[in-house]
Amino acid sequence: MLKRLMVVMLAVLLGGSAMAQSGPLRLTITDGVIEPLPYALPTFQAENTEATQVANDLSRLVAKDLSGTGLFREIPSSAFISQNSAFTQSVAYPDWRAINAQALITGAVTVSGNQLIVKFRLFDVFSGAEMGGGLQFAGTVDGWRRMGHKVADAVYSRITGEGGYFDSRVVYVAESGPKDQRQKRLAVMDYDGANVQFLTDSAALVLAPRFSPTGDRVLYTSFESGFPRINILDVASVGRRQLTTAPGEMAFSPRFSRDGSQVIYSLANGGNTDIYRSDLNSGAAIRLTEAPSIETAPSLSPDGSQIVFESDRSGTQQLYIMSANGGDARRISFGDGRYGTPVWSPRGDLIAFTKQNAGRFHIGVMRTDGSEERLLTASFLDEGPTWSPNGRVLMFMRETQGAVGTSSLYSVDISGRNLQPVAINGGASDPSWGPLQP
Amino acid sequence: MNILTKVAVIGLVLTTAACTRPDRFGAGAGDGVNTGSIAPIDPNAAMTGANDPKSPLYFNQTIGDRVLFQVDTSTLTDQGKAILNGQASWLQTNSDYLAIIEGHADEQGTREYNIGLGFRRANAVREYLVSQGVPANRLRVTSYGKERPIQVCSAESCYAQNRRAVTVISIASLS
Repeated sequence: MLKRLMVVMLAVLLGGSAMAQSGPLRLTITDGVIEPLPYALPTFQAENTEATQVANDLSRLVAKDLSGTGLFREIPSSAFISQNSAFTQSVAYPDWRAINAQALITGAVTVSGNQLIVKFRLFDVFSGAEMGGGLQFAGTVDGWRRMGHKVADAVYSRITGEGGYFDSRVVYVAESGPKDQRQKRLAVMDYDGANVQFLTDSAALVLAPRFSPTGDRVLYTSFESGFPRINILDVASVGRRQLTTAPGEMAFSPRFSRDGSQVIYSLANGGNTDIYRSDLNSGAAIRLTEAPSIETAPSLSPDGSQIVFESDRSGTQQLYIMSANGGDARRISFGDGRYGTPVWSPRGDLIAFTKQNAGRFHIGVMRTDGSEERLLTASFLDEGPTWSPNGRVLMFMRETQGAVGTSSLYSVDISGRNLQPVAINGGASDPSWGPLQP
Repeated sequence: MNILTKVAVIGLVLTTAACTRPDRFGAGAGDGVNTGSIAPIDPNAAMTGANDPKSPLYFNQTIGDRVLFQVDTSTLTDQGKAILNGQASWLQTNSDYLAIIEGHADEQGTREYNIGLGFRRANAVREYLVSQGVPANRLRVTSYGKERPIQVCSAESCYAQNRRAVTVISIASLS
């Protein structure tokens, strides 16, 4: 079970009134080439002996989060001049400037029984000033990773001016077994692959789980009956129910509305597949597309007014946008190849998609009018992007080819940089990135 | 394929049970047959096995339970139609059986689209069988998209086998 974290502002510590010489520290994330911002993160001070291990692990986790973005570069502690970095001590800025640390992160950790308190501060070394007030997180010892992620989110957010994404979870399909007898079950993990928890067993084929906006529920497709049906699962209790109960109804590709009260999905009727919207409470369903082609993979805009989806009405899979109430759709993808699995970014400005062209698969992004298409990856099979809560990173599935082909999860910046695998034991597919946790 | 195998196995088990049930013809070998022991049953020789034209196994093996498709199409080939003609006539003769038509796709395609494509293929088979006189209410369609490949290589030789619609005879009786 998740531990509730308490966040409290520390009383303002020290003056930190030194004037900035060349403007405050600010890393603006752009699409240009970025020189990672060098920072120093002395191991957080253990305020009692019980805290030593956690202080060490938590410091490494914060550094891993920050450096893992590709936007920050940690300066090794062997380069430090000032080894003494007691949390309450005033900062020896010249020592940190000398090794070109632009940011300094200090912290302290206290453990009493099962209780863990983490405090941290962030300094703009070249301005000689603290950035924001100190923050303190309190929780239980086994929730230390979440507290580390929260520290990293606060640092990321203060330096970039954008929301973080480290204290978040991802629901996905855990895979095992050979390709022709693949076992699939739902699982959730921290964004970095830690704390895996299974939500279903592998008795029935399950596909494409999607988190609710608050991360409390998951929609997914289950073949429990031999026919695809949509289930909704409560993450805390792992209780689940089938969404649609009409006999013979075959539904898949569900996603929540932004307020979590409705679901948009595909429903197959004979050989035809169209998009519907259904109210989770009343069960009332509205048909949104009426075409003899395959309409699927719907995703709502952040304001809930529009739906991007894929359709092969033109002869091949392409992306279209229509009103959330259905009606006329306009095509937005016009490049070579086929486009599928569109997902609207949380900022509303971009559509992420899967593209197939010339025997290769790509994850890409385009603006909502279809302009500025950018392919971020290329492989035998890349599929199904999902956005980080701040809209800066995409996670997706990559499958290797051949008889021993396996699926795993990767992430990539929307700039196309920083492609990296997510560390999970075993196969994994169909990620859905949940919100930043409260 | 799992469902298919299961149906066949159930058929065999039932057969075996019926033929070896000791009180069927009186205890032991008391039915007049002068063999001292019960001979092991050859599944292929059993009348509900592959040699029995009324058996699902016969349907699967002799008539052919599947038709194949070209890349990203649901158009039936002449070869496919020939198989479906056999399926239609079998289903009309053996009117106690239902059939579930499973549509499948190869791995070249996204997950959701392939489910839609599988439905198209299954439905093409269903419509053809209905056109040949099989009552529509005995046929159901489903789609597994690219989730259930039977061949695992990443080459056309395997993809061609995976782009299929399989007619799975259901043991459930209509009566």
